[in-house]
Amino acid sequence: MNPHQLVFWILSVIAIGGALGVILSRNPVASVLFLIVTFFAVSGHYILLNAQFLAIVNIIVYAGAIMVLFLYVIMLMNLNGDVEPQKSKLLQFAGIISGGILFLVLLAAFKTTQLSTTPINASTSIGLISELGQVLFTRFVFPFEISSILFLSAMVGAVVIGKKD
Amino acid sequence: MLLLSIDWSFIIEKLILISVILGASLGVATYATWGERKVAAWMQDRKGPSRAGPFGLLQPIADGIKLFFKEEIIPNDANRFLFILGPSLAMLTACMASAVVPWGPSIELESGRVIALQVADINIGILYVFGVVSVGVYGIMLGGWASNNKYSLMGSVRAASQAISYELAMGISLIALLMMTGTLSLAEIVNQQHGFWENGWFTWNVAKQPLGFIIFLVCAFAELNRAPFDLPEAESELVAGYHTEYSSMKLGFYLFAEYVNLFISSAILITLFFGGYNFPFMDQVAGSVSPVVFSIICVLVLLTKTIMMILFFMFIRWTIPRFRYDQLMNLGWKSLIPLALVNMLITGAIIIWVLN
Repeated sequence: MNPHQLVFWILSVIAIGGALGVILSRNPVASVLFLIVTFFAVSGHYILLNAQFLAIVNIIVYAGAIMVLFLYVIMLMNLNGDVEPQKSKLLQFAGIISGGILFLVLLAAFKTTQLSTTPINASTSIGLISELGQVLFTRFVFPFEISSILFLSAMVGAVVIGKKD
Repeated sequence: MLLLSIDWSFIIEKLILISVILGASLGVATYATWGERKVAAWMQDRKGPSRAGPFGLLQPIADGIKLFFKEEIIPNDANRFLFILGPSLAMLTACMASAVVPWGPSIELESGRVIALQVADINIGILYVFGVVSVGVYGIMLGGWASNNKYSLMGSVRAASQAISYELAMGISLIALLMMTGTLSLAEIVNQQHGFWENGWFTWNVAKQPLGFIIFLVCAFAELNRAPFDLPEAESELVAGYHTEYSSMKLGFYLFAEYVNLFISSAILITLFFGGYNFPFMDQVAGSVSPVVFSIICVLVLLTKTIMMILFFMFIRWTIPRFRYDQLMNLGWKSLIPLALVNMLITGAIIIWVLN
């Protein structure tokens, strides 16, 4: 096992453990913190793939901004493990059944998948910011601009909702 | 075989560098507390700390010992784990940003080995700083929430909204700078500001991006939670804001992290806008002394500039009164962000039509 693989395994354990913590912990604040841990582990995976820009943007945007807003809302709503309303038995039952069906479908899908044995490394510098910028502003410039218009309309929508007194 | 494949001398070199930088930032931060009290005293016509040692120089050490020996109180209804995690995170993120600051030019030893005076020259250097800054707010938020106190919660909510609002203007003002430098690596940005005067203009970025610098500086004040933007700990309304319930060294960590942040962000401001370790006539100096001595001179130049920046932060703190909360939000969203966008447009126009 080389250092690269060792780091990969450690990061994977942290990521999966964090993701389990998000859904298993009763305290919403703890869930948010576990989600932040997961984001950091995923960023670590990006760095292993030499996609440094994606890694740091993942931390700035998700761990740094969106999760702060999540935490903000949860703190203001003062949700705690013991005041959380209990779901009815019927809902729990429905949840178990639909979850089980999803699990079956996933299992069936994974069973027939063939793992590609040849690793895809077209270029190791593909994740660096200059390469990413080149691709975004030449090959994918149209979808890129469309998605920025989407963001702009979301911003305008937020302002309209906020203006309504 | 795993242990043999690692370049141990490289790791040891980096470990020594990290320890020196951490020690230096903690040392500077310690004496920044002393400096702040002296500056405040001087501006208010008082004496300031003057009993412990000559000029009160032992005062920070006495304060540290006092904080260590105070009784540690954790409120009954507090979330114990998060209550302790808060100040720890504040301190951790304060120290993390120092990793990408280039403290001096690389030293080339006679054996051919090059020692870089920067822990990591990553090609996303400045974005790394942004990442650390955006994670830094968790220390305050978690500490304030875990205290289970309304004043603390108000303080941490204010800290979060303030940090997010000013990060935007800070990022946009920096984009204009990055458009001129064309790189995100801090080492490269410092190299481009070599010397002081070239081709009929200053090489330092502050002369190329004056508006960007002012926006960045105001946002740095807000991100550091320093007066006039210290609303998260506004003592007249919120007792002490997010650290109301803290005592002993956990309080010390919060207060100390603020000064470590002050030091590191001053160093980053100097690196980005005031030429980092570059100084006028550095080529002549480099020619007349040995490379090691030259590197030491460069590090001292950077430290001097950084300390001048810290003093500027302190002068502002003791000159300008605290903003009101709505004024803070208006300044951030309605003045600084449009101004930063205009600055970005002007920079783009100049790059296309004047420089080319």
